[in-house]
Amino acid sequence: MRLRQMAVDPLGARVPNLRRRRIVNAAWIGSAWAGASIAVGLLLVVVAGVVARGIGSINPTFLTTPTDPFGSGGGISNAIVGTAILVALASAMAVPVGILTALYTSEFASRRLASGLRYVLDVLNGVPTIITGIFVFGLLVVGRSQSGWAGAAGLAIVMVPLIARSGQEVLALVPSGLREASLALGASRWRTVLRVVIPTSIGGLVTGALLAVARAAGETAPLLFTCSIFPNLVQTDPSRVLPNIPITIFQFSESPDPVKHAQAWAAALVLIAFVLAVSMVARLLSARTRRRLQELR
Amino acid sequence: MAERAVLGVHRGRQGGAGPGAHPSIGGRRRSLADRIGERGLYLLSLAAASLSVVIAGGLVAKVLAEAWPALSAFGLDFLTTSAWDPVHGRFGAAAFLFGTAVSSFGALLIATPLSILIALFLSELSPRRSRGPIAALIELLAGIPSVILGLWGILVLGPVMRDTIEPALHDTLGSIPVLGNLFGPDYSIVGMLPAIVILTIMTVPIVSSLMREIFATVPAATKEGALALGATRWEMIRTVVLPHARPGMVGAVILGLGRAVGEAIAVTQVIGGTEGIRANLFLPSDTLASRIAGQYQGATSDLQIASIAYLGAILLALALLSNGVARLWVRDAAGAAA
Repeated sequence: MRLRQMAVDPLGARVPNLRRRRIVNAAWIGSAWAGASIAVGLLLVVVAGVVARGIGSINPTFLTTPTDPFGSGGGISNAIVGTAILVALASAMAVPVGILTALYTSEFASRRLASGLRYVLDVLNGVPTIITGIFVFGLLVVGRSQSGWAGAAGLAIVMVPLIARSGQEVLALVPSGLREASLALGASRWRTVLRVVIPTSIGGLVTGALLAVARAAGETAPLLFTCSIFPNLVQTDPSRVLPNIPITIFQFSESPDPVKHAQAWAAALVLIAFVLAVSMVARLLSARTRRRLQELR
Repeated sequence: MAERAVLGVHRGRQGGAGPGAHPSIGGRRRSLADRIGERGLYLLSLAAASLSVVIAGGLVAKVLAEAWPALSAFGLDFLTTSAWDPVHGRFGAAAFLFGTAVSSFGALLIATPLSILIALFLSELSPRRSRGPIAALIELLAGIPSVILGLWGILVLGPVMRDTIEPALHDTLGSIPVLGNLFGPDYSIVGMLPAIVILTIMTVPIVSSLMREIFATVPAATKEGALALGATRWEMIRTVVLPHARPGMVGAVILGLGRAVGEAIAVTQVIGGTEGIRANLFLPSDTLASRIAGQYQGATSDLQIASIAYLGAILLALALLSNGVARLWVRDAAGAAA
């Protein structure tokens, strides 16, 4: 409608409501700026809030002593160790499965099968992680007990679709000319994959894995039913319940005790620092890989 | 034959003395290795891909199996009963369905316009140099673990809500006839409103980055055409960008809704966890996901565990529905533009 009106008077100068149009335009520009500022501001408020409240409690003792059962002092070394083990185990399960799934869709599957697989992975990615927790609870905890293995399996299920989907996107960026050149030189398919496709896309594959690790490190819901009732001591055996940072924050945040709150803030600072650092490295890496792949095209 | 010869030569040149001196033998060995490798990689990747599908299928089956005792005991009455009474073994999801609906729609009511503005800002308005960093910052917001947002929600946002925001809302909106009841005079740290705010913070980054991708598919020529006809930027957006992007935007909002519906941890921390249906945003409430999370230590009977799984099955159905539909929608929108 508006377009037709303007077509009659292309210069716009004599359209009677020009003033109004300019005001509407300015109002819109202003609110878009405001919207973006609100989002960035929120990030800063939350991160600054965590840093300001957590930094005071961070010291070597806090990082190297286990939680004190009676709430006075103590640290979170048990949770740090446990989370490291849980995330490492989950990655050991999810990274190979995720990357191989991505390879299957990009190198072997037919077009229809590949798009079906992508769809399944997207839907799996949209499953609430608390449901993943219930699933693993029913699979590995019922009739036995909570364990580090169960927790790691829950985290792995969260990670697989993330790694596989980002892997598929990166592998799709590998120019088919490279593959064809390798095949034309007589290399077999699997050698082409190992020597050409993966080396070309490795940066992107690592990015996907890193983002999944960052996500898994902060996931609480899959651990709630599978790895949440733990003692206040350093535990390294995954067949027992491993203490971990997210559940520690969750439980401390629900406690009425201000000492626990201070510890929760400090634990949150440790977690957020790890998560933000890993995702920033991943993003830098991904920008570099994408630029390189773009040049190859 | 040709393949073998080429590989043999290649190997011979590389190896120098040693096995490379017999190109034909090297070639044959390699072809055996090739056959194993070819099959091996194919089978391995096929197994991995099947595993992903099996997990997806197994997840649905297992949650339904877990919920079975409650499904057979309560049937569909579960959906219309609002009791949660472990002592007498009476369970129902009505109150949590209500809480889920109010918190998710409330969050999307705020998050949708905000996300549209952010996405438009990033795709149409911001200086090229600041676009990348701002988009990265907003995506980092999506990366903050929900348990930390919940911690912030209960310890920082909660008191501000009770002491400042809720009284202010009550004073300005509380006198509106029917609607005013939503902003009743009971102020509290935990409740529906903090949950809505936290869910908004969680969904804005996702919805806005999806929308940005969709806006990026609008052909530049059409936009330039509108500008060349004398449209202001806003008129260009209204007449070209938004109509072109509409189906994808709907999909993005539904995906955000799915995320809000499924968030358990942060909501559990700030919503207060009570049963019952109350039309007052300031009072504690509970959602499907947060009720499940809140019960993790407290389940005593098998029927209660099955009822929790029943809540999970409802939640899973909602998530699959919104995801399944929205993904198709977003993909069609992106596909049509490509």
